Amino acid sequence: MSASAIFLQLLQNVLVLLAAPLLLGWINQCRAWLQNRNGAGMLQPYRNLLKLFHKDAVLAHNASQLFRTTPYILFACMWLAAALVPVLATDLPLSPAVDVIALVGIFALARVFISLAAMDIGTAFGSLGARREMLVGFLAEPALLMVLFTASTISQSTSLITIVETLAHKQFVLYPSMTFAAVAFVMVLLAENARVPVDNPSTHLELTMIHEAMVLEYSARHLALVEWASALKLLAYMAIGIALFIPYGIAEAGNWNALPAAIALLTFKLLLAGAGLAFIETISAKMRIFRVPEFMGTAFLLAVLGLLTHFLLET
Amino acid sequence: MFASLGVSPINVILGVTVFWLLLGLGGLALQDNRIITRVIFPVGAIGSLILATAALGGLSGVDTAVLPIGLPDLPFHLRIDSLSAFFLLLLGASSIGITLFSAGYFGRMAVQELGLLCLEYHIFLASMTLVFLADDAYMFMVAWEAMALSSYFLVTTDHDQPEVRRAGFLYLLIAHVGAIAILMGFGVMQGGHGDYTFDTMRHGHLSAYWASITFFLALFGFGAKAGILPMHAWLPEAHPAAPSPVSALLSGIMLKTAIYGILRVSFDLLDIQIWWWGVVALTLGLFTALFGVIFAAVQVDMKRLLAYSSIENIGIILVGIGLTIIFHASGKEALAALSLTASLYHSINHAFMKGLLFLGTGSILHATGERHLGKLGGLIHKMPNLALFMLIGTLALAGLPPLNGFVSEWLMLQAFLLSPGLTQAYINMLVPIAAAALVLTAALAGFVMVKFYGVIFLGQPRDAGLAVVHDAGIWERIGMLCMVAGCIALGIFPTFVILHLDFVAEMLVHNSLGTSAVHSGWLMLTPIAAERASYSPLILLLIIVSGVVLTMLAVKKFYHGRLRRGPAWDCGFPEQGARMQDTAEGFGQPIRQIFEWFMGVVRKMPSPFDLHPHYHAEVHDRLWNIFYAPIKRANEAIGNQIGKLQHGRIHVYLLYSFITLLALLAFIE
Amino acid sequence: MGIPITGQIINMCAALLLLIAFAMLSQRRILSLINLFSLQGLILAISTSVVAYSSQQQHLYYSAALTLLLKAIVLPMILHRLIRKLNIKWDVETMFNIPTIMLVGLALVVFAFNLAAPISQMAATITRSTLGIAMASVLLSFLMMITRSKAVPQVVGFLAMENGLFFAATSATYGMPMVVELGIALDVLVGMFILGIFFFQIRTAFDSLDLKHMEKLKEE
Repeated sequence: MSASAIFLQLLQNVLVLLAAPLLLGWINQCRAWLQNRNGAGMLQPYRNLLKLFHKDAVLAHNASQLFRTTPYILFACMWLAAALVPVLATDLPLSPAVDVIALVGIFALARVFISLAAMDIGTAFGSLGARREMLVGFLAEPALLMVLFTASTISQSTSLITIVETLAHKQFVLYPSMTFAAVAFVMVLLAENARVPVDNPSTHLELTMIHEAMVLEYSARHLALVEWASALKLLAYMAIGIALFIPYGIAEAGNWNALPAAIALLTFKLLLAGAGLAFIETISAKMRIFRVPEFMGTAFLLAVLGLLTHFLLET
Repeated sequence: MFASLGVSPINVILGVTVFWLLLGLGGLALQDNRIITRVIFPVGAIGSLILATAALGGLSGVDTAVLPIGLPDLPFHLRIDSLSAFFLLLLGASSIGITLFSAGYFGRMAVQELGLLCLEYHIFLASMTLVFLADDAYMFMVAWEAMALSSYFLVTTDHDQPEVRRAGFLYLLIAHVGAIAILMGFGVMQGGHGDYTFDTMRHGHLSAYWASITFFLALFGFGAKAGILPMHAWLPEAHPAAPSPVSALLSGIMLKTAIYGILRVSFDLLDIQIWWWGVVALTLGLFTALFGVIFAAVQVDMKRLLAYSSIENIGIILVGIGLTIIFHASGKEALAALSLTASLYHSINHAFMKGLLFLGTGSILHATGERHLGKLGGLIHKMPNLALFMLIGTLALAGLPPLNGFVSEWLMLQAFLLSPGLTQAYINMLVPIAAAALVLTAALAGFVMVKFYGVIFLGQPRDAGLAVVHDAGIWERIGMLCMVAGCIALGIFPTFVILHLDFVAEMLVHNSLGTSAVHSGWLMLTPIAAERASYSPLILLLIIVSGVVLTMLAVKKFYHGRLRRGPAWDCGFPEQGARMQDTAEGFGQPIRQIFEWFMGVVRKMPSPFDLHPHYHAEVHDRLWNIFYAPIKRANEAIGNQIGKLQHGRIHVYLLYSFITLLALLAFIE
Repeated sequence: MGIPITGQIINMCAALLLLIAFAMLSQRRILSLINLFSLQGLILAISTSVVAYSSQQQHLYYSAALTLLLKAIVLPMILHRLIRKLNIKWDVETMFNIPTIMLVGLALVVFAFNLAAPISQMAATITRSTLGIAMASVLLSFLMMITRSKAVPQVVGFLAMENGLFFAATSATYGMPMVVELGIALDVLVGMFILGIFFFQIRTAFDSLDLKHMEKLKEE
C-alpha cells in the first residue's frame, strides 16, 4: 500500500463528500430547466444542509437511542460506499476490503437501519414508509447484485478494481449482456434513490411517500445527515454506473499525470448522468405503489437475463 | 490440548456424554428446582465447553472406539473424524449459551416437573452427541431415535395445551417416517453383507442405480428432520410449541444433525456422486429457502416466524450441498471445497444466530407472556439489553455485513460466480437463475428481520400490559451474550474459522481453501485469489465505526448539540395512538399480496354497515393440501375399510385367525 | 475475445432485439408498442447491413433497405394511422401479472438457447451465436400474442414474430433468397392492409377491438 494510494483514497473520500450535494443541486437545476422554471441554483443543497445543521433538533418523546444513532450509521455507510467505487483511479487501498457483494451488503445495512429508525417512533407514517422501503429494497437489492454479477462474470472477479480494470483497459469489446444490465441498473437506480417513477423526492403528500415518510420524524442535524447520506447514495450509484458501463478514461494505478484528465472526464460523465436522470424524471409520472413490485421485478428479471445472455453468448 | 494430556478427544466427548446423563438423572432424583437451575444447568454448560474444546482438537485426525455395550455380538462403534468433530464443535459451542440461558429461563418460568425436563434436556444433548459419534447404523439409529423421543418430550413440555400435543404428534410422526427412510438407506448400503458398520459401507461399492436410491432415501429421511420441502410441516408447529431454549436447541443444533447425515451419507459412505443429485438438491434447497422466507414474512407469531426462517436457512445450506455435489461430480474440487465450506459455515452461523433469537423470544415471552406480534411493541425502552442483543442477532440473520450471516452468503455467492465452465449445458443456465433466487431469498430475509425486530422492539407498546415489563435476568443475559459473541466472532474473523473448516473439506472433497484463504494474511478473506474476490469484515467494521465516531465528533465540534423533545408528527390528526401503528399483518401485507398465488389466504372482510368491523386474514400452507391432506384422507379411508372387519362377534374373529393360520401354512409349504 | 468488431455489433444488435422483445412483452400501451416495433425494425436493418458488410453479400444490402423501409417506416406509419382512426391511441391493455409473463419468457429464452446450440455449432456464419436470440424473439412474440386480448397488439406480435424469423434467417444462413424475401415482404404488407380493414369490421360488429367478444361466434 503506497503513500500515493492512501492519498488518492483520502482525496476521493473528501471529494465525494463535497461533490454529493452539488450533484443533487445539478439534478434539481436540470429538472427546473426542463420544467421551464428558474430553479434555486446548484448550490441550494449546501444552503439547506447548513440551515439544518444550525437548527435545534426536535426528537419525538418516544424516540430511542437507535433513532438517534441511525443518521450517523447511515451517513458512514453511504460515505464508505461512495468512497469505495473506483471512478478516479484504480488503486484505492480500501477497495480490497469490500467487494461488490459487500458493497450491496452495506447498502442493505443502511436500508435496514433507516427502516428500523422509521418504525421506532411508532406513528403510522414511519412504519408505512419502512414497509414500502423494504418492499422496494427486497427486489432492488437482488437486481443490483445481478447487474454487478454480470460484470463480475465478465471480469472473473467480484473485486471492483478488477472489474473496472477489465472493462476499461481491455480492447474495445461490446458486451450484449451489459445492455440488459444497464437497463436494469437504471431502473434500480431510480427505485433505490427514491426518484420519480417509484417515489418523489420533493413530495409533500404523506400517503404517497416512501423515503420521505421514513425520515418524517428527523429534524435539524439528524435530517441534515440523512439528506447528505441520500446525496452520497445517489453519487455512489452514479459512480457504480459509470464504473460499470462507461469506465473509459479512468487513471491507471500510479499514473498521476492522468489524474486531472480523469477528474475532468468524471465531472463531465456525472453532469451527463445527472441531466439524464432529470430527463427521465421529467418525462415519467409516479406510479402506484403496487406497480412498484412489477417495475422492480422487471428490473430483476432483466438483470438475470443479462447474466444468462453472458453465459450463453459470451463464453 | 487434550492430546498433550494423553487423553484422546473421543474419550473426553464420551465422558461429557456420560456426565450429561448423570446430571440429568441427578436433576430427576433431586427434584429441587433451585439446585437444578443454579447448579445443574451451569455445570452442564461447562460440559458443553469441554465438548467444544475436545471437538476442536479432534478436527484434524481420526479416532475410533468400540463400546462393548448394546446387544450381544453387536457392539457400538464410535468414530470421530473431521466431519463429526465439526458438528460436535457446533453442538458444544452453541449449547454453552443455550444451557446458561436455560438456567435463568427455567428458574423464572413456572415449569411443572422441572426434574423430568432436566433429564430430557440432557438426554437430548447426549443423544445428539452420539448421533455425531456413531460409526455403525445400529448405534446411529439408537441415538437418532433417542434424540427424536427426548425432543418430542421437550416439545410437549406444556402438554396441557391441545395444540402443543398436536404439534408434538405431528413432529413424532414425520420424524419416524424419516427414520424409516434412513434405515432403509442403511439397508441398501450394507449391500447384503449383514454388516452394518459404516466402515464396511465406506469400502463397499454400489452401482449408480442403487447409489441413487440410497441418496434419495437419505435426502428424504434426513430432509424430514431438517424441514426440507415437502417434509417441513412439523417445523413451524413444533418450534413454537417448545419452551424457548428447547426451540433454540431444535433449530440451532438438531436440524444440523440432518445436514450432518446428508453429508455423511453422500460424501463419506457412498463412493460415487452423480451430478444430477446435486441438481435435485439445489432445486429443492432453493424452493425450501424461498418458501421459508416468504411464509416467514407473513407470520404474526414471533416463534413461528423464526421457525419459517429456519426452513429458509436449511434451504440455503442444502443449496450449498447441492452445488458441492455438482462440482465434486464434475471434478472441480476447488469449487466443491468452496461451496462446502460455505454450507458448513452457514450451519454454524445459523446455530448461533437462530439460537440467539429463539433465546430472545424466550425472554420476551417471559416478560410479557405474549407471542403474538400484534400485542408487542416498544420493548426497546423497557428491555434495552435484550434489544441490543436481539439487534445483533437480527442483523446477522438478515445477512448484513460485518456479521456472520453475511460471510457464509458471501462464500456461497462466490461459489456460484466462479462456476462457469460446467460441462452440462442446462446446469450452466441453472447456475445464474439459482444465484438470482438465492439473492432474492437473502433480500427477503432482510424484510422479515426488519418486521421481526421493528414490530417487537420499536414503536409504541401495542398493549397496556407492556408498560411494566422488566429486562432479561442475569443468567439469560449471560447465555445470550455467549451467542452474541459467537455471531460477532464468526463474522469478524472468517479466516480463522475457515482454517478449521478446511479439515472437513479436505476429508470430504479432497481439497480446501486453506492456503489461498489466508494467502493475503488473516485480515483478508480471499477464497480463490486476491484479484478475484476479497472481503475483510474487520476493516469494514472499523471504517464504519470510525465514520460514525468521526461524524459525531465533527457535528458536536462545529455545531451545537441542542435537543428538544416534542410530540411526533400527527399529520393534523391529533388522536394518533398505538393502535394506528403498522401491525405485523400490515407489515407483511405487500409480500402477501405479491405472493398470494403461492399461499392459501383466507380473508374475512367486514361489511360496510358493520358497527364493529373486524378484518381477518389468515395464511395457509398450500403444500399441506397437496402433500399431506391426500395421505390423511387415504389413511382414514383405509382405516374405515379395515374398521369393517371389526364386528364384535367372537366367532368371526376366530375365523380371521383360522384363515391367517391356513394362509401361513400354505405359504410355508 | 477474438470476435471482430462487426461480430460484436451484431451480437449487440441481437441483445437489443431480445431486450425489445421483452419490452414489448411487458408494455401495456399500444402507442409505445408500435414505437418499439419500429425500433425493432431499425435494429434489424442495422444488423442486416452489418452482416452484409462483413460477409460481402450484396443481396443483404437490399433486404436491409427493404427492412428499413417496410418495418421501420411504412408498417409503423400504417399502424399509427390505424390507431388514430380507430381512436385507440391511448388504450391501455389490462394484463395479468407481468413478472409472471416475464418469468415464462425467461424459461423460453433458456429453451431457445438450448434448442439453437446444436444448430449454431453447424453453421459457419459469423452470426451463428445469435441464432438462439432470434429463436427466443420468435417465441417471445408468440407469447405476446397469447397474452394479449386486443386486436392491435396481437397484430404487432405477429409482425414482431416475422421480424424474429427474418433475423434467424440472416443469422443462420445469411438470409433467404431475394425472391422469397420480397414475397414475404409483400405478404406482410398486404396482410397488414387486410387486417386493418378487419379491425374496422370487427369494431362495427362488436363495438370493441377486444377479441374476447369473438368468443361469442362459436356455435351454440
